[in-house]
This record gives sequence, C-alpha cells and structure tokens, in this order.
Amino acid sequence: MSNEHSMRRVTAIRNGTVIDHIPCGQSLTVLEMLGVTGSTSVPVSLVMNVPSKKMGSKDIIKVEDRELTQSELDRLALVAPDAHVAIIRAYSVAEKLTINLGEEVVNVVKCAMSNCITTNLREPLPHRLKVVSKDPLELRCHYCGRPQNLDELVNNVL
Amino acid sequence: MAGLITMDDLTNEEILTILDDAERLLPVARGELYLPLLQGRILGNLFFEPSTRTRMSFETAMKRLGGDVVNLGDVKTSSVVKGETLFDTIQMVDGYTDIIAMRHPRQGAAQYAQDSATVPILNGGDGAGHHPTQTMLDLFTIRQAHGKLDGLKVVLAGDLRYGRTVHSLSHALTRFGCELVFASPEILKMPSEIISDLNAHGATITETEDLYSMIGDADVVYMTRIQKERFSDEDEYARCAGAYKLHADHLADVKANMIIMHPLPRVDEIDPSVDVTRHARYFEQAFNGVVARMALLCKLLGITVPEDVESAGGAL
Repeated sequence: MSNEHSMRRVTAIRNGTVIDHIPCGQSLTVLEMLGVTGSTSVPVSLVMNVPSKKMGSKDIIKVEDRELTQSELDRLALVAPDAHVAIIRAYSVAEKLTINLGEEVVNVVKCAMSNCITTNLREPLPHRLKVVSKDPLELRCHYCGRPQNLDELVNNVL
Repeated sequence: MAGLITMDDLTNEEILTILDDAERLLPVARGELYLPLLQGRILGNLFFEPSTRTRMSFETAMKRLGGDVVNLGDVKTSSVVKGETLFDTIQMVDGYTDIIAMRHPRQGAAQYAQDSATVPILNGGDGAGHHPTQTMLDLFTIRQAHGKLDGLKVVLAGDLRYGRTVHSLSHALTRFGCELVFASPEILKMPSEIISDLNAHGATITETEDLYSMIGDADVVYMTRIQKERFSDEDEYARCAGAYKLHADHLADVKANMIIMHPLPRVDEIDPSVDVTRHARYFEQAFNGVVARMALLCKLLGITVPEDVESAGGAL
C-alpha cells in the first residue's frame, strides 16, 4: 500500500501538526511526551502500524489547531528522533520542522534518580541529560551520571 | 578553573604526576619541613554530611602548605537549615575562597556546585556517587606498598552498592589494568551501571559473596563498612551487617606483601587482631590523605610543587 493511501486513513486537517514516520507502537508514548491527552479540546487522529516504504510500518499522529513548539520537538526527539513533523496551515504544508537530538537535552526531562541534587526543585540550574549515544539512545544525568531508564522518561517530563 | 568531581577529570598521566608531587611533599605533611606554597590562599570546607578524616586532612593539608581554611561548620547552624539552596551557598563561598572542598548527601552535588562556582571544587563525596580525593590517597597507598599501580589483583569487599570510595577506586584501578574482585552480600553488589562502565573500559572482574577464598593471591584487600546511614530499611541493614569480619587468622596463607586497606571508620569488618600484622595499612592510608590532598590543592590552584622540596622548604 502506498504512503498516499495510508495517509487517507484519516482526513486531511485544515490547521495543525502532522507527525509522520513514528516508529511502530510509539505513537501513544509520543502523545504522552507531548502532553496530548484525551482531555485536550483539540481533535487528535492517530493511526498505528500502517505500511511504510521507508520503515516497513509506522505510526502517524495528526493534532489539529496546534503547532509544535521547539520544546515539544525536543521531547519528541527522545522517543521518535527520525519522525517527520509538518505544520499544516489551510490544508497545505506550511513548514517542515527538523528534529535534532543534540549532545545534551536541557530542561526537557528530569533525572529519575531520587537522590540526585536536581530533585530539589528550588535549585535553579537547568536539568541536563547528556546524550551518550543516539542509536541506541543512552542518556545520563550531567550532574549525578546516572543512566536514565528510557521507559521512565515520560514520567519525568518537565 | 575546573575542579575534581570524578576520576574522569584526570588522565592517567596526571594521576601519576600528582602522586609524584605527593611523594615529594611527605616531609611537609609530616611537619618536618615548612613549605608555604599556598600562603595567602583560602580553602572553603563545605561538609553537609559528617566527616572526620576528609575534612581534617583537607584542613591539615592546606595549613601545612601555609594556606588558611574557612569552614561551613555544623549544617544545623548554617543557612542550609533555613532552606538556602546549594547554588546560593556556593555563590557566597565562591566569593570568600580560592578553592572549595565539599561533601554532600546528594549525588551530583559536586558537579552542580562546580557549575555554580568560579573556583575549583574538590569532591569530598556526593551521596553514593564519587569520592575522587579518597581514590588519590588510595592509589598513593597502593603505589607506596607495591611500587606500581598496574597489573595488581585488588579485592574490594563490603558495601559496594552505596560505597562511593569503591566506585571511584574501581574506575581508576581499571584504567591502570588491575584485576578486580568484588566481594559483597547480594543486596550490596556493585551497581550494574558501574560494572557495565568498567567492562566498557576492558575490566577483568570477578563478583562473589565469598571474600575469604579470594584473598590468597590478592595484592590488595580493600575493606569497607556496611553503611547503616544509607539504608532506609533497618531489617535490610540487619541482614547484611557483619557480613565480613576479617581476622588475623584469615591471613595465614596470603601473599607476604599483600596490604589491607579501609577508608575508615571501621565497625567490625576488620578485627583489631589485624592491626598488628604487616598487612594492615589503613592508618598509614588515613595519613596519606594529607599528602594526597596537598598535591591536589597545588594542582588545582596552579601551583607547581618544586622538584627539590628539601631545598625549597625551610625548618619549622
């Protein structure tokens, strides 16, 4: 099945954001990372496990009337670094955003270790996770050095 | 200026140079020679957790080199108890001093302090994280006994989970190609992330609960205290307290030049009968804290230790 067909599983959106090429099964985590819950007022469309030429199969999310910010892109980079993000305005792609996982993730996720100095919320310095490896993803707290459990990231989003 | 937060902040070559500096400073540390290399410099001692040897040896090291020390004092009477952040405390002490030695109950506190400060931070222990100045005095003690650091067999025993001294030391020993044996009760095993780091650096590691069968061909046996203060569950502490009690009777078949070390304080993991054997090295090790910290203070303050200390120094 072509990419065009898979995109037709949900209707085109007038304004908003399309996140394509999400690894299979990761779309729910992406929504959690972006803070998109069932209680948000904007319509959200989600398709899972659709065929993809590039990936074999993939997930796609369409969020209407919301454009992703840089901070949200940074969060997305942790769970779907190869996803494609397009901003839609008046049914057309107005902008393609680049996801860029740098050498450090700053003030996106906090360290999961309960005894880390950064758990004192009054301490003013930023939360910093070093990207030790991009593939497979390995993150360590800049301060305490503790490797981060990737399954727990979503619970520690700032 | 950069401080010393973990052993990764020093190359092997720098470690050996600092140990050489420490060796030359021995007569100064013993009070046989006056060498005021750090005159006019002030060390800030910030100990947010109890400390005897680390705090006192930093203070002694600074004063033996003609420098001065200001202390945070008891945390209970400082601004910390009023809710002051570490960031604010460091901003203040940064202005008062030229270098800071710090111990803190939370992991990552030393790096956090370094990011907040303009003066170098010497990490004197951050939670269960790192204790690199202890590692430097441990390496000094090992090299003093064996004349080298590479290729030794070192048994580390006791609380390997929370014991920050063994975390820093095992990293350094791996870098010098030592064979490591980790002997601990199951619940106090070396954390898996540390094992995986050591393996990534080509470590040779044996993990066991049986300490006594592993000391026969060891060059160093490094004992540690089971730290009651790190346990949230008293029953769990009770189950592993007293797991190892090294007695002189255990030493009948060990190598003649094997040394027994301990960061101190000890509880009952080394019986006093060991103190009088030729293997006991823990009190010299505690003294070496002064000389190792003297060399580190000089290094981080950019002061060169003279090649000929005898000629540079004067009588007391």
